[in-house]
Amino acid sequence: MTDHPSDPILSVENLSIHYRGTPRPAVRNVSFTLGRERLGIVGESGSGKSTVGRALLRLLPTAEITADRMSFKGIDLLRASEKDMLHVRGAQMSMILQDPKFSLNPIQRCGDQITEAYLTHNKCPKREARARTLDMLEAVQIRDPERVYGLYPHEVSGGMGQRIMIAMMLLTNPSLVIADEPTSALDVTVRLQVLGILDALVRDKGIGLIMISHDLNLVRNFCDRVLIMYAGQVVESLKASELDNAQHPYSRGLLAAQPRIGGGRGTLPVLQRRPEWSEPVEASS
Amino acid sequence: MKSVNVRNMEIAFGETRVLKDVCFDVEPGECFGLVGESGSGKSTVLRCLSLLLSVWGGEVKIGGTSVRDMATPERCRTLQMVFQDPYGSLHPRHSVRTTLSESLIVNRLDNHQERMEQVLTDVGLPIDFLDRYPHQLSGGQRQRVAIARALILEPDVLLLDEPTSALDVSVQAEILNLLARLRAEKGFTYIMVSHDLAVVDHMCERFAVMQAGRIVEILPREAIPGNGATDPYARELIGASLEYERAV
Repeated sequence: MTDHPSDPILSVENLSIHYRGTPRPAVRNVSFTLGRERLGIVGESGSGKSTVGRALLRLLPTAEITADRMSFKGIDLLRASEKDMLHVRGAQMSMILQDPKFSLNPIQRCGDQITEAYLTHNKCPKREARARTLDMLEAVQIRDPERVYGLYPHEVSGGMGQRIMIAMMLLTNPSLVIADEPTSALDVTVRLQVLGILDALVRDKGIGLIMISHDLNLVRNFCDRVLIMYAGQVVESLKASELDNAQHPYSRGLLAAQPRIGGGRGTLPVLQRRPEWSEPVEASS
Repeated sequence: MKSVNVRNMEIAFGETRVLKDVCFDVEPGECFGLVGESGSGKSTVLRCLSLLLSVWGGEVKIGGTSVRDMATPERCRTLQMVFQDPYGSLHPRHSVRTTLSESLIVNRLDNHQERMEQVLTDVGLPIDFLDRYPHQLSGGQRQRVAIARALILEPDVLLLDEPTSALDVSVQAEILNLLARLRAEKGFTYIMVSHDLAVVDHMCERFAVMQAGRIVEILPREAIPGNGATDPYARELIGASLEYERAV
């Protein structure tokens, strides 16, 4: 996997998002390209990281989205009609949400929901869709797919629910998956498993992955490149392996504020927010 | 400073036995952690301790007195709880002033204004925040108000139910610093539920690992970096956390 592949799946230039009725734009001048790699977007709540993810899928009807360029596999996401977007969403670009409790339909069986997602984008007999669903459930390491197929979301644990979400999102063979805090609702022991499964599938199928998270450790371990966002702007973009050498004071502050196992017990350094971090930065990243 | 002794705590919700024979002792002024996966009963221990759940078996002594023998006002002035979700634990239509003064009125305390100003200063909020509503505060500020509400009755024991898991790393650091400072200044005894071993390592002297309603092992914090647990589940939990921190 190279850092800057020759054929980017997604390229975004100067993306700005302004929610109607708010004084300032939520996202300003964000530019990045994504190949078949894993990109992490980190930042605190309100920094605009989830908004970027939603804008890519055009899930923000109440916001004004402007960009010099926002193209996904040759499709101009800014000008695509809603009808075109229906063929993009879920089929070529999909999103894994934070909490499986709220993102699965509580009154439909898990397996039927996955099958429905597949049938929406592929014409095939129901029997075949069901077989594919069972295969996919097995691929996300659910031990007894037949049984889980017939369960309702309240009957499965959080970790299993999130694996079901992953199965649903990857079944249509998308080129890009946006994972919006995929594991923050899960326990530490389950978290690694779920991330491992997602990681393996993304690598095998050569899918581009955008991992949105506030967890620096997670991003460090599961991404190739990291964008650090503050107040709607990308303040720094660097390789995940070089995260410790971050230059921007905000990135350094974030790293230092994290308590470490076996670390000292002194007072944790607290971020001193500077107003100049919110000033527009040069479009260099 | 008061000690907490929990003996044979048991509770069942219908057929399901949620806590089975939970025993632990917390020294005066100690910070004691409870860790384990979701559903292992960590929060239930705190809810029983504080008599938010009242029908349970066993005994809890705080400073030598059983919690059941304390009258409600006395109990409230001995132990207070800070909840996980600062967005859910403050009444959305009560200002900070109403939130804080309610317990003063119920407990018939005097000098409302002074006490409220004192706790707000203690948790590092400006005094004019008294007239704000929860929606005008950030997550970290709300959690500070929730801590202020717990402090205002000058308790001896603070029960912290995942006090930082809904907060960002940067805000988490502020709240952890605040809790550490308050403990040093006022000598609280903390019982802290968390799923983040890094936080437990930072705050607590000892911690108990819970699984399926039982305490499987009680360990000192020094056992975390080298994974000194003997119970298989405790080893797995600590191992997973270490791997999560260090895997590159």
